Amino acid sequence: MVAAATSAMSFPLLSVLVFLPAAGALIITMQSRRRPEYAKLVALLTSVGTGALSLWALRNFDSHSGGFQFVSRHPWIESWGISWHLGIDGISLFLVVLTGLLFPLAIVGIDPHNDDPGRDKPYFAWLLLLEAGVMGSFLSLDLFLFFVFFEIVLVPMYFLIGGWGYEGRVYAATKFFLYTMVGSAFMLVSILATVFIARANGLGRITFDLIELAEGASFAASTGRWLFMGFAVAFAVKVPIFPLHTWLPDAHTQAPTAGSVVLAGVMLKLGTYGFLRFGLYLFPEAARWSRALWLTLAVIGIIYGAIAATMQKDLKRLVAYSSVAHLGFIILGTFAFTSQAITGSVMQMVNHGVSTGALFLMVGMIYERRHTRQIAELRGIQQVAPVFAAAFTVVMLSSIGVPGLNGFVGEYLVLIGSFLTARWWVVIAATGVILAALYLLWAYQRVFHGEPDDDNRSFPELRWREGLTLLPFIGVIVFTGVYPKPMLERIEPAVNSLIEHVSERTGYVEPQPAAVEIDVDHGEGE
Amino acid sequence: MLDVLWLIPAFPLLGFVILLLAGRRLGEPGSGFLAAAAVLGSFAVTVAAFFELLSMDEHHRSHVVTLFEWVPVSSLRIDMALLADPLSITMALFVTGIGFLIHLFAIGYMHGDPKFSKFFLYLNLFVLSMLMLVLGENLLVTFLGWEGVGACSYFLISFWHTRDSAATAGKKAFVTNRIGDWGVMLAMFLGFQAVGSVSYSALNAGAESGAISSSTATGIALLLFVGAMGKSAQLPLYLWLPDAMEGPTPVSALIHAATMVTAGVFLMTRMNPMIAAAADWAPQIIAWVGAVTALFAATIAVAQTDIKKVLAYSTVSQLGYMFLAVGSGAFVAAIFHMVTHAFFKALMFLGSGSVIHGMHHEQDMRRMGALRAVMPITAGTFIIGWLAIAGVPPFAGFWSKDEILLFTLASSPVLYAIGLITAILTAYYMTRQVIMVFFGEARWESHAEEHGAHGDFKPHESPAIMLFPLVVLSVLSVLGGIIQLPSFGIIPKGLRHRLEDWLHPVVAPGEAVISGTAVYDAKVWLALLAIACALLGIAGAVLVYGKRRIRAVEPQLLADGWRYDAAISAFMGGPGRRAFDAIAWFDAKVVDGAVNGVASLVRSSSGAVRRVQTGNMRNYAGIVGVGVVLMLVWFVILRGVL
Repeated sequence: MVAAATSAMSFPLLSVLVFLPAAGALIITMQSRRRPEYAKLVALLTSVGTGALSLWALRNFDSHSGGFQFVSRHPWIESWGISWHLGIDGISLFLVVLTGLLFPLAIVGIDPHNDDPGRDKPYFAWLLLLEAGVMGSFLSLDLFLFFVFFEIVLVPMYFLIGGWGYEGRVYAATKFFLYTMVGSAFMLVSILATVFIARANGLGRITFDLIELAEGASFAASTGRWLFMGFAVAFAVKVPIFPLHTWLPDAHTQAPTAGSVVLAGVMLKLGTYGFLRFGLYLFPEAARWSRALWLTLAVIGIIYGAIAATMQKDLKRLVAYSSVAHLGFIILGTFAFTSQAITGSVMQMVNHGVSTGALFLMVGMIYERRHTRQIAELRGIQQVAPVFAAAFTVVMLSSIGVPGLNGFVGEYLVLIGSFLTARWWVVIAATGVILAALYLLWAYQRVFHGEPDDDNRSFPELRWREGLTLLPFIGVIVFTGVYPKPMLERIEPAVNSLIEHVSERTGYVEPQPAAVEIDVDHGEGE
Repeated sequence: MLDVLWLIPAFPLLGFVILLLAGRRLGEPGSGFLAAAAVLGSFAVTVAAFFELLSMDEHHRSHVVTLFEWVPVSSLRIDMALLADPLSITMALFVTGIGFLIHLFAIGYMHGDPKFSKFFLYLNLFVLSMLMLVLGENLLVTFLGWEGVGACSYFLISFWHTRDSAATAGKKAFVTNRIGDWGVMLAMFLGFQAVGSVSYSALNAGAESGAISSSTATGIALLLFVGAMGKSAQLPLYLWLPDAMEGPTPVSALIHAATMVTAGVFLMTRMNPMIAAAADWAPQIIAWVGAVTALFAATIAVAQTDIKKVLAYSTVSQLGYMFLAVGSGAFVAAIFHMVTHAFFKALMFLGSGSVIHGMHHEQDMRRMGALRAVMPITAGTFIIGWLAIAGVPPFAGFWSKDEILLFTLASSPVLYAIGLITAILTAYYMTRQVIMVFFGEARWESHAEEHGAHGDFKPHESPAIMLFPLVVLSVLSVLGGIIQLPSFGIIPKGLRHRLEDWLHPVVAPGEAVISGTAVYDAKVWLALLAIACALLGIAGAVLVYGKRRIRAVEPQLLADGWRYDAAISAFMGGPGRRAFDAIAWFDAKVVDGAVNGVASLVRSSSGAVRRVQTGNMRNYAGIVGVGVVLMLVWFVILRGVL
């Protein structure tokens, strides 16, 4: 790996992306209990630093390359072939940037609802450790390393939900932890089996390195399918895919706002990202073989999640169920195996993080003001807080998928790309756009329209700090909706090389639409 | 001029941005004039583009301006590109022209509204979206505008959102339109699969050359028509439009009469080669849906008492005529009727707005009457609109409706009969409206107290800024027919078929040819028959509502719109809602119940093991957390990762 050798000489960017927030967490735990205000400062500084570095990675990313960049590789447990192997490509790039930006915004935008300021310290420490874990998961190119980070993520999230959540937090946190732990157990078994079977099938030695395994090992079809399914269970729980989704509404609803933002924004993407990075890349044959299953579950998730969202009485639960529907689109695109669909899926991972992250922030702001999330107790807010309502409207339209805003581009690419290989699934999935309008507009009407009653008449308008927090979200929503090209052209090469890899291994040929010669004279230049 | 085509949407975009940043500071009437000026700027550029296009050779009247690559992934290359050709410029002309007049009217109408500047913010955003819709070079840019106008329609219908009915109507419009959008999306996907592009030139070239098979073309045409049924309020998706009257009246005039609702007709015309390439039954479906909608909505309009509801059902009915034309291959006639309808329907909506304004927000026609004396200009212009829609020559509506009926007869006598009956009903219900509002006895004095007017309730004529648009539109409603006069003996040759010649390069592949048929030869007689029908309808209404010789027949069934809306609402609120509830219950009890069941099973069976372990989740998690930190420390210090 030439790239690894050269980048090791220069600034270890990706390692810093992981260690900086972890170091922040460590510093916070070592701070004096008497000065809790420093905790927030440290959290802010390290998360902003991480965000800035992720932007620097974005800026220096070579958009023509489909391979891994900024690679960092150090042996860890050499006898087991485990190494500290980090790298970034078009599939992970924007997820890393999203992680880098979402954490500082979640820290600035909303405070934990604490009675005791002393409890700020562990709150920020857990949040930073979470960031390190998420970053590590998106960057790892070693199965063991990935597993470690994938598991690390659970711990701070468990404590954030359990420690700073709402009334049903203990149940929600335990459910979240156990559910994902069970999924991970399957993955752990699969990882170990993959490594040992790969040694016997072509590699001749033990290695946990993703690239070596994917490029060098070959599995018998039936073996590959078992191994793939082990990974798939862990990812399916994380996404979550119907019917493994029920931990999500509880975790989302009970988590503190920052927890929900991060959970929806980046943590769920560990599942969808895992499918692309580990599922399709390591086991192309098994992924092709099982595609009908995933496409069907994805479509069920789109419709089912939307219908369940429609009937929710709790605003936060509604947004949580909308995630089930939105992530269905991502899974649909992933298993459609076309350039447009997978590019759309990757983009949609980011879009969902932005719009749902913003929705959770705003629901959190509503809760701060009214101490309720019940739709029935809210009414007429647009009349008293028009700017707040306007911001909510933009985010809502992005989530509905109105063209000109980011959500549409991803959804459209997923659907048009999937249409080439999974026509009838798309015909049903596209009805999801009707349902999305239904549940969001209905909720909006009940919360924002109408004449405000006594409880809502004094609903405070958007504050400066909140507005500044939401501004980057809205900026990204509009910019990527109008001009998604910079994003798409960075994602596409990595997606194409993934599809090429699948084609090489399985003989799959990506269908191309027929091209028609156009002999219509546009009269250009006259 | 064509290279700066982007200026057309740029003006309202600029207006929108300024109003977004400084709307409240501009206040009233500044923000209104700014918005109107933006639309006037677009209109000026469009006129210039029109004349430049006119000066070019007929076959070169098509110019694409690519702004940037919008959605490029692999074989899918979609540009943000605008297309100037006779069809798009025709649309842009009346969108900006009538849009400007309605902006002016709104400055007067919205006077004193606390959200005055916000109203014009939405209005500019709407004009921007509408212009993207008509100027789009491919289906996706059109779809951007298509959804944009839908969103603006939602904002504007629920503009007075503290009223529950307005909020509900806005949501209903958006969701119903989304059903249609499903069709447009799938049509795009099919088209992309067939020709690798969603641009109009590629799709239409594919349809003409036969590269798109007949079955695919049928699929694309009908899926687009699903979209058109939503946007242009056709059966079975029309039911959002009557409710959309909850919006301020200028909105009804601009969006729900003149511009947005005609988008479906525009889209079908734009894709006319696709309809021509489709199986024969595809255009027949379109024609039938149009004809049935035209008749259906006209019967409902007969029994409405709300001044705006009559016009709303009338709009649904007239849009039905346009689809009848599209299905009969009369694309020029469809566009012709779209333009004349925009003139007279915008005129009448604004007229009704003037009446509502003058009547202190009274919309019930049973409480009006004899208003021609107090509002002479409103009444005079409204009467011109009435004559135009009723099909009385030489007013604009006569010519366009007559041309549609001519093509319809050439394709099917049954559809022609439906069209003719609808024409009678149209003349009848419009006459009824004119009489109830402007003639007869004044029924408003007795209701003065209800309006808190303490006896001095008096309707008044509207201010000049509202009357000016009425006068301009009434002139257009008189003269509008001039753009496409038939080849009758007495009409000079130079004035005949102007619109047809102009649109010819766009519609040639799909346009039906009827010259030389027996129907075409009988066109003068058919025109006389149409006039007779119009007069029959007028005479009938005069006898019933004017002279009161015949008792009015207004069955409750018609007033309730054949209870179609109620049936749908009952279904959605009843079985539909119960089904949704059942799924939510299923999720909570069955799916999640299984999860909890497994959990409690594990818990009870692990009682023995429990004593060995603490069983405290926090302990486990805490240990894992410490381990993680230690591992990171180990990395940094011992392995020198950094």
